[in-house]
Amino acid sequence: MTAPIVQLVTSRLHHADSYTLARFEATGGYEGLRKALSMTPAAVHDEIRAATLLGRGGAGFPAGVKWGFTPPGVWPRYLVVNGDESEPGTYKDRMLMERDPHQLIEGCLIACYAAGLSQCFLYVRGEMALAQTRVATALNEAYAAQYVGRNILGSNFSVDIVLHWGAGAYIVGEETALIESLEGNRGMPRLKPPYFPAAIGLYGKPTVVNNVETLSNLGGIIVRGSEDYKQYGSESSPGTRMFAVSGHVRRPGVYEVQHGVTTFRELLYDEQFCGGIRNGNALKAFIPGGGSSPWFFEEQLDLPLEARPVGGAGSMLGSGAIVVMDETTDAVKACLRVVRFYARESCGKCTPCREGTSWLETILQRIVDGHGRPADIDMLLDVGDNISPGPYPAASWESEGLAAVPFPPKQTTICPLGPSAVAPVVSALRRFRPEFEAKIRRRALGIPVRVEDSTHV
Amino acid sequence: MSRLSPQNEAVAHEIISRYPWKKSALIPLLHLAQEQDGYVSDEAMVHLGELVDVSPAEVLGTCSFYEMFKREPVGRYLVNICTNISCQLLGGEELLHHAEHALGIKAGNTTGDGLFTIEDVECIAACTEAPCLTVNYRYFYKVEDGDFDAIVEDLRNGRQPTRKAAESGPEGQIPPHGTLALQRQHIPADRVAGNADPDRASAPVWLEQA
Repeated sequence: MTAPIVQLVTSRLHHADSYTLARFEATGGYEGLRKALSMTPAAVHDEIRAATLLGRGGAGFPAGVKWGFTPPGVWPRYLVVNGDESEPGTYKDRMLMERDPHQLIEGCLIACYAAGLSQCFLYVRGEMALAQTRVATALNEAYAAQYVGRNILGSNFSVDIVLHWGAGAYIVGEETALIESLEGNRGMPRLKPPYFPAAIGLYGKPTVVNNVETLSNLGGIIVRGSEDYKQYGSESSPGTRMFAVSGHVRRPGVYEVQHGVTTFRELLYDEQFCGGIRNGNALKAFIPGGGSSPWFFEEQLDLPLEARPVGGAGSMLGSGAIVVMDETTDAVKACLRVVRFYARESCGKCTPCREGTSWLETILQRIVDGHGRPADIDMLLDVGDNISPGPYPAASWESEGLAAVPFPPKQTTICPLGPSAVAPVVSALRRFRPEFEAKIRRRALGIPVRVEDSTHV
Repeated sequence: MSRLSPQNEAVAHEIISRYPWKKSALIPLLHLAQEQDGYVSDEAMVHLGELVDVSPAEVLGTCSFYEMFKREPVGRYLVNICTNISCQLLGGEELLHHAEHALGIKAGNTTGDGLFTIEDVECIAACTEAPCLTVNYRYFYKVEDGDFDAIVEDLRNGRQPTRKAAESGPEGQIPPHGTLALQRQHIPADRVAGNADPDRASAPVWLEQA
């Protein structure tokens, strides 16, 4: 039985004017801020911690705990909002920024109040012009209405929210790269440790980096209370989560479902969600958590949408992006396309990633082009092993006697971008190796000549 | 082209004032230069270096990392066609192929009349609306070959394309390349809380008095 649909963060989106201050105020907007200001900051922090609000950006770390990592007595502390949504398959933060910017602003304010963060930088992805327009307009409205800025709603709480925008670089979604970018530099991840910018972040000061969807949940949690929030979802993953389901389903879309209880099968096949695979085709594979996640198959459909079981099964829930491939999909081409993304987006700081991702792309491209060599499959795995040594996370395949390798992968790089490029390679080779071999064998038969493009200069 | 105009320089100072460190304003300022000229000129980078107290080389270092910044003129319409996985599965690569044939250029190039530049881009966060493209960063959803032709035809004739446009009204209008948001943030002087200076360590007043 599918858990009932509950709309916590997408509740306003059906209104045509959902992005305006008037609509926001008419639908309970800024009530969370008012209530928070009537509580002590510590009480607000406790309420969020009690709600076990897991980060919605990818890593899934509880927001309340993350705030607590800032070292005591070190000031100022900053809030950086990660709105640089660029993970392949992911479409939710853009929707929230474009269509409910005030809900996000309210979340920023609550986080700053609770965790003592003195300035907030709201980093919107560069390509998202409409999100920038809507957030700028909303901030201007909110400043005029005394929700943001000096002495908010007449209290002693004062904080500026500064709209910042990027310029096209996937790696900037990594939180230390985001901070570098916000300091006006090339967006390259910083060396770890420290593992969290909570200790040393923006301008060398304690910095909380939270995702747009995470912050968009805060107002509702404060208004309704953590107990109410926890009636939805599972015990370890309360509330709801937004999932963008794309690819070969009948009804691709962004769905808010109860976290940790709804299964992949329900989301992909139920009539109220995606309604099954297009044209009645068979499922070939699906990417459960954005381009960086190892692929799942038919056998994993009954897993709940919850980080721990998905991780144990060899992948991750990541950024809430499910990409569905039906039986007509060319696994080698799909694998190449995902790998090409990481090769293009590698910042070049770590050698295994800079060199490895490019070589993975080069080798896959020649296999797709019909120039593959018999040694290429082993070479792909070898290059992957240089980026992520040891067994790479993968789904189980019972009929072949293959057990799951749990997430996460090991890495020889500073950040997870390089290892992400290995996910499609290992996933596709483990499950669809004959497709790679067939393409490589075709080389021996000669290269077909295509005339379609021959007149094209 | 040129340094920032006096009017844009005033905008630049307003943006810079919102950051504890001036260099933080660099990416928004590079966008401002691109909005003024359609691309980021060498002269503009020198000017930005003066404004945020870094060398022109440092400005170039930042500028060259981000793919939205063009250091030479592009077409009046920058058409970004997504071919990443979600779009690939629903015909993004075929759409790009059609676009290349229709305009007679390969991705990464500009038509001879200076109207169109095509780019083969990575995921632009409209995965459920695949295949998708943007024109000067305005979205078009579920684009088929015929839709592409209609969009191009409209733009050639100076009309705003509406077919498969994600937004209607002013927000769906396609501005010149370089213009992103239609609205800038302005913090009124009587409402500004002030920058949190990293060198001045004191606990926020609302925590102390709690």
